[in-house]
Amino acid sequence: MSFIAKSQRGPVGIGVLIALFLALFLLVPVVKVIYVAFQEAGTGAFTLINFVDFFRSALFRESFYNSLYVSGMSVVVASLIALPLAYFTTRFNFAGAVIIQTLGIIPLIMPPFVGAVAMKLLFGSNGSLNLLLDEWFGLNLPIMEGLNGVIFVQSIHYFPFILINLSAALNNIDRSMEESAQNLGSHGFRMFRRVVFPLAMPGYIAGAALVFIKVFDDLGTPLLLDVNKMLAPQAYLRISSIGISDPMGYVISVILIAFSLLSLYVSLLAMKGKDYATVQKGGGGLSKRDLRPWEKIGCYAVVLFILAIVLSPHLGLVLLSFGTIWSYAVLPDGYTIAHYFKVVGEASQFITNTLLYAGLAATLDVILGTAIAYIVYRTGIPGRKWLDYGATVSLAVPGVVLGIGYLRSFYNVNVPFINEPLATWWVIIVIALTIRRLPYALRACIAAIQQVSVMLEEAAENLGATKSHTVRRIVVPLMSGGILAGFVTSFATASVELSATLMLVSQESDAPLAYGIYEFMQSASGRGPGAALGMIAVIIVGLGTYVSHKIIERTDRRRVAARPVAEEVTA
Amino acid sequence: MTISISRILSATALVVGLSLPFGAAYALDGTLTIVTSYPPDTTTAFQKAFEKKYPGVKVEMLKKKTTAGIKYIQETVANNKSDMFWASAPDAFEVLKGDNLLSKYKVKVQGIPEKVGAFPINDPDGYYKGFAASGYGIMWNTRYLKAKKLPPAKEWADLKKPIYHGHVGMSAPSRSGTTHLTVETLIQGMGWDKGWAEWKEIAGNFNTITERSFGVPDGVNSGQFGLGIVIDFFGLSSQASGFPVEYVYPTVTTLVPANIAIVKNAPNQAAAEAFIEFLLSTEGQELLLDPKIRRLPVNPATYAKAPEGFPNPFKDSSIGAAVKFDLDLSKGRYNVVNSLFDVMITYRIDELRAAVKAVQDAKAKMAGKSNEAAAKLIAEAEALIAAMPVSEAKASEPDFAKIFKKKRKKATTKITGRQAEVEAEWDAQVTANYAKAVELANKAASML
Repeated sequence: MSFIAKSQRGPVGIGVLIALFLALFLLVPVVKVIYVAFQEAGTGAFTLINFVDFFRSALFRESFYNSLYVSGMSVVVASLIALPLAYFTTRFNFAGAVIIQTLGIIPLIMPPFVGAVAMKLLFGSNGSLNLLLDEWFGLNLPIMEGLNGVIFVQSIHYFPFILINLSAALNNIDRSMEESAQNLGSHGFRMFRRVVFPLAMPGYIAGAALVFIKVFDDLGTPLLLDVNKMLAPQAYLRISSIGISDPMGYVISVILIAFSLLSLYVSLLAMKGKDYATVQKGGGGLSKRDLRPWEKIGCYAVVLFILAIVLSPHLGLVLLSFGTIWSYAVLPDGYTIAHYFKVVGEASQFITNTLLYAGLAATLDVILGTAIAYIVYRTGIPGRKWLDYGATVSLAVPGVVLGIGYLRSFYNVNVPFINEPLATWWVIIVIALTIRRLPYALRACIAAIQQVSVMLEEAAENLGATKSHTVRRIVVPLMSGGILAGFVTSFATASVELSATLMLVSQESDAPLAYGIYEFMQSASGRGPGAALGMIAVIIVGLGTYVSHKIIERTDRRRVAARPVAEEVTA
Repeated sequence: MTISISRILSATALVVGLSLPFGAAYALDGTLTIVTSYPPDTTTAFQKAFEKKYPGVKVEMLKKKTTAGIKYIQETVANNKSDMFWASAPDAFEVLKGDNLLSKYKVKVQGIPEKVGAFPINDPDGYYKGFAASGYGIMWNTRYLKAKKLPPAKEWADLKKPIYHGHVGMSAPSRSGTTHLTVETLIQGMGWDKGWAEWKEIAGNFNTITERSFGVPDGVNSGQFGLGIVIDFFGLSSQASGFPVEYVYPTVTTLVPANIAIVKNAPNQAAAEAFIEFLLSTEGQELLLDPKIRRLPVNPATYAKAPEGFPNPFKDSSIGAAVKFDLDLSKGRYNVVNSLFDVMITYRIDELRAAVKAVQDAKAKMAGKSNEAAAKLIAEAEALIAAMPVSEAKASEPDFAKIFKKKRKKATTKITGRQAEVEAEWDAQVTANYAKAVELANKAASML
């Protein structure tokens, strides 16, 4: 026992620091805002009556059911999109697999407002698709109407969570597992179903849980589609109405948080008692085989079809950013590059800020994520699971609540030397983004560490490596795929986050791209320039993703090349 | 591109020409921080012109939506860094004023009348000032209406017609202060029960209730729906941006001032005062005529320079004069009206649409026939849709209205009843009524 205690002194210290960070920047600010949920309106005394009201109200019960339905369906649809993409690109030698992996992430970068406008122009009841269908067949597909619209948009927006985490997990499986299965007579799809996919389960569950919780808590998409009978928009509408301070908004926030924790707990239960770690490492992931010509055509057809659907919002965005007037028509009336000229002057400041904020936030996220994953899965520190829960709670905290909480908590805290309130210093935006995107990085890191066998670390320690040396030289490198996946999701989504940012930007020179887009989207003439800024955001984040994939691919290849014998396995 | 350059040039030329004689008289400096909900087209024009006039001052436009702006000023009061609040909805200023976050100011510019239409331009208590007027009306997408073979609607009552079912968009009064005023105006103009009945009939034709007020012009501009109930500058500026849309003021409308105020303990009080004076001066007011801004100036002299066809509420008494707007009545039931609209319309739009549609269909079947029993059923269905869960008197009772205003001034203030409880009750009544209305209307239709 004393040996464990000694070896855990470091992790305990780090764990306490992380807990303090979460308490200071998540727990305290949020509690400062939502305590009203437990207050009796008339007297200010503690009460649970507001929760009784919640369950008594038919509207809230319906909203709750709708949120549940939409989240569940979104996971199903997102899985249908992500599974083939992940399978094809990780199992076969597929030209342009990197491009597919990169393009598959682009949907996460849906700039606020313009993304929704583009979607409506393409798929709305009077959008391009329906105008064409109406002309040809007299048909009208209600793709964007009501809950269907939310499921459609959420699925193509968030499926990358599954794709990224599942691909990382698939890449992390050693080919020796596959070879054993083949030696025992399994092959083809059966092997994928019985051996490969189950081994990648942590990645799939991580992604699916994220999609479920994110869709459950997301308010942006329902609001932009003007669907308000769901929980998150109900909370938001009640919190942000002028003059009304109905405690129900905060009650719903509490319920969102509680439910997110519950879903997380259920997803952990699903994996309980199973071991996903493999001892063999260094094989360079699953073997990839070449496709026969007709298989190739089939694969390409499926992949292109999926990409066409999931990238259509961005096609709409391109049209919007180059179009002059686009109104009740299949395509814009004319094309121009004036919108880009209009934004180019302001864009450089926005871009620098965005890269700085999102880059810092994503870096902090993977550092925190790796640390938390290590503490939760490799140490026996009591209460360590709460670090995971605590960090994940932020998924359920509406951005405005966090923003208001920061203003309330840190406006009177002056930053030394700069002599500015912490709440208006640009660093607070980075912290807000870090907190809001931490769950993404964390899920990816946890999936990664679950696939690393603890025996590898024990082996290193037996050979005399210290704990920190083992973490640095063994654990982190083996987790690198998952860490990168976490970085990419955090970075991509942080770069277009708006709700907390909007509360916290205190001078225009500190503003990120999303804020610039928001600004333009307030006026009729700003739609084109807003879309142009949105395109710039997409391109920059897309490039970032592509570069990181290239880097990881190169390190992978180096690892494979280092193997003495490179077997070619054909199934 | 070209428009914005020429705009800046002309604004600059104007300002230089007018300001030379005075320029040296003021020695203002520092940063002027303005929290505003306005788009860059508006803010940049005023920022450039003002900085040109007072070269020592740097204007920082902090853009937040109105609700976020209010919260920002409320939360940062302890260490206030904002000089001014600049937004449309008077009620946003009322909230800040109520929280004692604004400071009084007496305007020096002469020639601004007391009222525009029936609405006082400035806060009677002297805290915030109107700088432009706006009225609500109807905008429509000409391509959309042509494709669907619909005539444009020119009056609120037109929007009730069955031909417009599913073609109309609006924002909710709880989301947008100006929408609130439109709702309230119609209710005051027609009376509580009739006004609400009218709104429900119109809302029965809604395609969408947008979350942001800008969602309405956005939806009409892109052709997502054909007609929208919007504030004038949304319609006029969309048109000026080239969208195939048109805009009209119905007879019953009210003109409301868009406002500006100095925040209490403003760090740069002198510059803030200069900005108000500038905004209300002829040069500032003329910037409002810019096609991308398109607000109605409150300084009547400015209209001399307005382009042809620009509405002038000080000459054309038909705009915004039909209703004598009772500000106190509106204030007393402000949150109750918002909540009622949300419960009866926003959150139950599907049910309401179904009920209104059923009645419309039954009436269409009824046309040219006489069937007393069916007519009675239809009338009953209409009455059920129109039925109000609260009376006008009750809505204005201070004790009742308090339930919807949770900000307790003192810990001793006792409020009985909870908003959620009341709303759940209304909701149950309203949904039952709508369902029953569908049933009756269908029964009537089957008899014809």
